[in-house]
Amino acid sequence: MTGSTTVQARTFTGTVVGAVRAAAGRLGGFAIGLIIALGIEIAIFASRSPYFFSVINLTNIGRGMAIVGIVAVGATIVMIAGGFDLSVGSVMAASGMTAAWAMNAGLGIVSAILLALALGLTVGLLNGTIVAYMRINPLIATLGTLGIVRGLAFVVSGGQEIVVSDMAFVELGTQEVLGIPISVLVMLGVFVFFGWRMPRTRFGRYTYAIGSNARAAKLAGIPVARWQLAFYGTAGLLAALGGLVTVARVGSAQPTANLSAELDVITAVILGGTSLAGGRGRLFGTFLGLLVIAVLNNGLVLADVPTYWQQVVKGIVLLTAVFADEIRRSRREEG
Amino acid sequence: MALLEVRNLAKRFGRVDAVSDVSFTLDAGEAIGLIGDNGAGKSTLVKMLSGVHRPSGGSILLEGRDVRFASPLAARASGVEIIHQDLALAPDLDVAANIFLGREPRRRFGPFRFLDRKGMAKKAAEVMVALGSHVPPDRLVGEMSGGERQLVAAARALEFQPRVLLLDEPTAALSTDKIRVLMGLVEELKSRGVAIVLISHRFTDVLHVCDRVVVLRRGEVAGELVPKGETSERMMAKMHQMMTGVSA
Repeated sequence: MTGSTTVQARTFTGTVVGAVRAAAGRLGGFAIGLIIALGIEIAIFASRSPYFFSVINLTNIGRGMAIVGIVAVGATIVMIAGGFDLSVGSVMAASGMTAAWAMNAGLGIVSAILLALALGLTVGLLNGTIVAYMRINPLIATLGTLGIVRGLAFVVSGGQEIVVSDMAFVELGTQEVLGIPISVLVMLGVFVFFGWRMPRTRFGRYTYAIGSNARAAKLAGIPVARWQLAFYGTAGLLAALGGLVTVARVGSAQPTANLSAELDVITAVILGGTSLAGGRGRLFGTFLGLLVIAVLNNGLVLADVPTYWQQVVKGIVLLTAVFADEIRRSRREEG
Repeated sequence: MALLEVRNLAKRFGRVDAVSDVSFTLDAGEAIGLIGDNGAGKSTLVKMLSGVHRPSGGSILLEGRDVRFASPLAARASGVEIIHQDLALAPDLDVAANIFLGREPRRRFGPFRFLDRKGMAKKAAEVMVALGSHVPPDRLVGEMSGGERQLVAAARALEFQPRVLLLDEPTAALSTDKIRVLMGLVEELKSRGVAIVLISHRFTDVLHVCDRVVVLRRGEVAGELVPKGETSERMMAKMHQMMTGVSA
């Protein structure tokens, strides 16, 4: 009896160890590291605050990562493909203002949303055109559109906020379904859609191929510039969606909205293991990166740490993530 | 009729004539070696034949038909495959993904089409085994040795049953064993009717598998040699003389 129990226990332990190893293989060491970091964060903050595991607080964590999460999906795709997009914060603000203006002009929710998404797509395609066809460095190209789009948002609005008059739209940003905020569901939907699509379609395959070796992709007959256009277009579209969710949540559109959101987005993407050099990265990693940052921000608020310190922590997290990427890259090159 | 005919082919980059007047023919099951010093125009010629560069002048005829390859994919669709000197592989993709890069088989699901990942993995494993390698198809190319990578590049060209195979310095990173496997494969492809164009600094490889050797100098054909019936020493001396224009 005892012998049989021991054998069963060993078999069980073996199965668990095997499952953990298989999961580690599938996720990659970096994702495992993030999960451990997340566990440590949760343990620390939960032990310091009795409110950490409350439903309201968990919902707040979800809300805190929803908008950046939607935009981070597009940014991950662009960065895996070897690009960079600094214009997302400006696109979010401009798209939000477009939607608010359209609704107040009586265009209706659907038309307003489509107009805002069209603006995001247009700026994304413009970024893609400048990078892929005019061969301008993506950092400079999107820094340019960052300034142009943000500036135009100020010019068109006269620097004033636009309060959304359609309450049905505002409800979209504040309502919950089965206790989960709609903004979180939108983010999860975007992650699931692209996470499922990336390994199964040419869109995903060419994202990695172009980021890994654009010349090889070109020699293999892949229309590299056209695909880059698609990646930047997707990033623009998702930035616009992020802008729409912002306006729906706040109830008004401001030309100063989502200022320096690109920093939050890029931090999450790099922290999630996407390589600055392109070719490597996963949406699941980005999701974990977002979660680590959201829990950190939330924990700091619960611990009454002044807001200014949160900026400092964000900067440190970004530098740590870039440093980790550099170490990974050097190891790969040495290997 | 020759399978491949290159007629007065030329390529100019700005004011520089990289290739100014190159002509040769190639039959099915025949192998020719292209040799020449650096800057002789070998790589430019191969890039025109593989659709990377468009010729500035002259023509390329495939079975007598004038072909103007608009892209590498167009050349590959016509049965012209190439193994590039730098291999042109994506290190962050696995073996199967590299072999099928740009030509991924897809499965239809209603209006959508998805990559046939299982089919690609199976075929990739088969073609790698045929090349004497047992590297799993899901292995990242960036984690492989130089020799293994070269075999992946070869597998990519062979998977699609080429009519013309261009090999640009294919043995540069291979061990002696792997060179033997590759050269054996070239012989086998010849016997199956594939036309081969081999660029190699290893004259022994060229003399071993090639029926003719085209020597290029300053973008033009300096001469053509037939190794059969000649000693290696005499061939080497003739090739050297044609490449440099100086008697050995």
